[in-house]
Amino acid sequence: MCVAAEGTVLSVEGRDAVVDFHGNEVTAKCGLVQVKPGDHVLVHAGCILQVLSQREQNEMTDLSAIFAEVGAY
Amino acid sequence: MSGRVAMVHGSGGKATGELIDQIFASEFQDQTLDEMEDSALVAGCGRLALTTDSFVVTPVKFRGGDIGRLAVCGTVNDLLMRGAVPKYLTCGWILEEGTEIDLVREMAHSMAETAREAGIRIVAGDTKVIDGSIAEKSAGDAAGRYAGGILINTAGVGFVPEGVSISARNAQTGDAILVSGTMGDHHAAILSERMSIRTDIESDNAPLTEIVSALVQSGLHIHTLRDITRGGLATVLKELAETSGRTFEIEQEKIPVTAKVQDFCSLLGLDPLYMGNEGKLVCILPAEEAEEALRLIRSCRYGAGAVKVGEVTGDEPGILVMKTEIGGKRLLDVLQGEGLPRIC
Amino acid sequence: MDIACFSRCGEKRQKRKIWGIMDKRNTELLRAITDYLKNYDGPELRIMEVCGSHTGAIAKYGIPQLLSDRIHLISGPGCPVCVAPSAYIDRMIELSLQPDVIVTTFGDLLRVPGSRESLSEAKGRGAKARMVYSPFDTIDLAKKDPAHTYVFAALGFETTAPVYALMARQVLEDGIPNVKLLTAIKTMPAVIRALMDSGAPVNAFLAPGHVSVVTGSRIWEPLAEQYEIPFAVAGFQGIEILEALYGIARWTNGRSGGRVMNFYPSVVSRAGNEEAQTQIREVFEPVSAVWRGIGEIEGSGLALRGPYAALDAGSRGLSRDVRKNKACRCGEVLCGKIPPTACPLHGKVCTPLTPQGACMVSPEGSCRTWFEGGRKR
Repeated sequence: MCVAAEGTVLSVEGRDAVVDFHGNEVTAKCGLVQVKPGDHVLVHAGCILQVLSQREQNEMTDLSAIFAEVGAY
Repeated sequence: MSGRVAMVHGSGGKATGELIDQIFASEFQDQTLDEMEDSALVAGCGRLALTTDSFVVTPVKFRGGDIGRLAVCGTVNDLLMRGAVPKYLTCGWILEEGTEIDLVREMAHSMAETAREAGIRIVAGDTKVIDGSIAEKSAGDAAGRYAGGILINTAGVGFVPEGVSISARNAQTGDAILVSGTMGDHHAAILSERMSIRTDIESDNAPLTEIVSALVQSGLHIHTLRDITRGGLATVLKELAETSGRTFEIEQEKIPVTAKVQDFCSLLGLDPLYMGNEGKLVCILPAEEAEEALRLIRSCRYGAGAVKVGEVTGDEPGILVMKTEIGGKRLLDVLQGEGLPRIC
Repeated sequence: MDIACFSRCGEKRQKRKIWGIMDKRNTELLRAITDYLKNYDGPELRIMEVCGSHTGAIAKYGIPQLLSDRIHLISGPGCPVCVAPSAYIDRMIELSLQPDVIVTTFGDLLRVPGSRESLSEAKGRGAKARMVYSPFDTIDLAKKDPAHTYVFAALGFETTAPVYALMARQVLEDGIPNVKLLTAIKTMPAVIRALMDSGAPVNAFLAPGHVSVVTGSRIWEPLAEQYEIPFAVAGFQGIEILEALYGIARWTNGRSGGRVMNFYPSVVSRAGNEEAQTQIREVFEPVSAVWRGIGEIEGSGLALRGPYAALDAGSRGLSRDVRKNKACRCGEVLCGKIPPTACPLHGKVCTPLTPQGACMVSPEGSCRTWFEGGRKR
């Protein structure tokens, strides 16, 4: 239902950020989350919803913990 | 079939098929037309290939091309798909009152240049002007643009060399399925002009003369050629599977899409498998000849990205199946509806 | 190995973001997961996805046939276009026919049938509608064309609600007189509760990934606890969905009880995006909402409140829901009570070109994805 794509912030000006998706640029609103150039972000309907966690290592740990808890991995 | 013509009838998918079957094919009733190939083979001086096409693209100028170039490419490519050597082109121009003369000249120039590149002569033409009421009444397309002031209809004539038999019916079990490059570029370029996404994706509109003549002259046993236009690769392959009465199996991971087009599609919730091109083809031929065909296609100007995407595997008629990247299997149908972006 | 996207030409393949580990381990993980799910012989699992993008992705990746016969995937009411009542579509068409109004929408809303016709059909008799990528494009259009009022058809769930909230704020702050919103915004927890209370045969949920980005995974905790079933928050790549299904299957095989698992931690946290939640609360208030085919559910909708109510183009009270075809069983399909193929209209009079119900319209509707993929289970 909610199509969203991951891109990289190129610049921020006021309430707008320019976000790059492999060469496609979208001006997206940044009123829901603080962003700075270089951030990887999730964009939905012309608006930044979230900044992706910086450390993949942490995510892996999180997932591993879940798998451990449900008796897997 | 009743009601009104809607945009979906121009999508190249199922609704277009119904409109053609139930109105035009049924009214025009001609054995050759009924074969529904990209161009018609008719008796005459040797074998002639005939085709006709109309161009209503908005905007008329887009990144990588324009309506003049597109009209030649679309027509020439349809002739080529039967192995014909393109010879003659006719064009009918329908212009809206108020369209700038300079724009018309620019489009005509582009058409002439592309015709020279494609090796076809423009031998007949016609012009009509209509008042601007289409624009006023229609309130524009989705993004509020109008038809752009220029519409073009063409006819193409080509000669089919002795011994050449290329048809949508000819695909055999065991054949390889090749494509000449990346999917979706033209559709993405056009759509980006209408949406607030800035991109430099260019239309791939190009005449495929060089690729096809290399293939035909090579002596390889080309069974089927088809240009990948409206409806995209999935629609084209599903139709070929139905026409030839075979099963086509393709692999998702082998289907070439540039990262830029892929991300453009992700933003709009679109599937590159259903996004059209204007300068790419499908080639079906015996598996053992696939490598040589790929080498030939890749040596051509518009074929550098050619790859094998699948094979003709069984005799269950009309099935197109794709092995997904996680090992699942997905049955693919022709494009349903218009392929509209979805967001929420 | 990039198992998360199409093969990409002329460019080094991206590493998968979630795992960020070596190719070999990724492939092994995929194999381990698919082996387990194919051979699963635990308690019968009936897992509902309540996100249209999950419904679409499950079809796109061919996931059902990777699963044991004891795991059933059921599509719930997760497509906002599918659950809008006919009165909403009718109201949108009525507005688009007014001489000084232009309706802006996301693409697929154009084809959804109201009680008589779709917006796309109404264009033939003068309806004015434009497709936009972002709701904010509506503001740009309106600024350039002060002679028309631009009404944005604001459909969606919790994911899109904060975007609309920002839009409404900008319209008021900038004093733009000619932008209005026709809203049909719905919220997930209320409909899940209604489904469970109505006896939907479901014992696990694939929780919507992008809704959870906004709400946080904690929004599912009271539901997991009350109904004693697992909720797995999932992303939208094939492997991400398999991971979540695997989590549910491992959890269910050998124990019972509620549990919220987050398999989309790159963007979903337990608390979610709290600024977005604040924006929603400031601009909207909970209202009763009608879900097409299901009926009215208390507190399952959001409507513009306070000063923002002035921007409303008549969204309240759009509760009438007329079925175009009396035999249509969309409601039961949306509740997971029957599969799409059990509807007598499916694939016969009801096809994507001649949709009788909303589930056949959207590319994410369950009937549509079953029809196109030839899905049987």
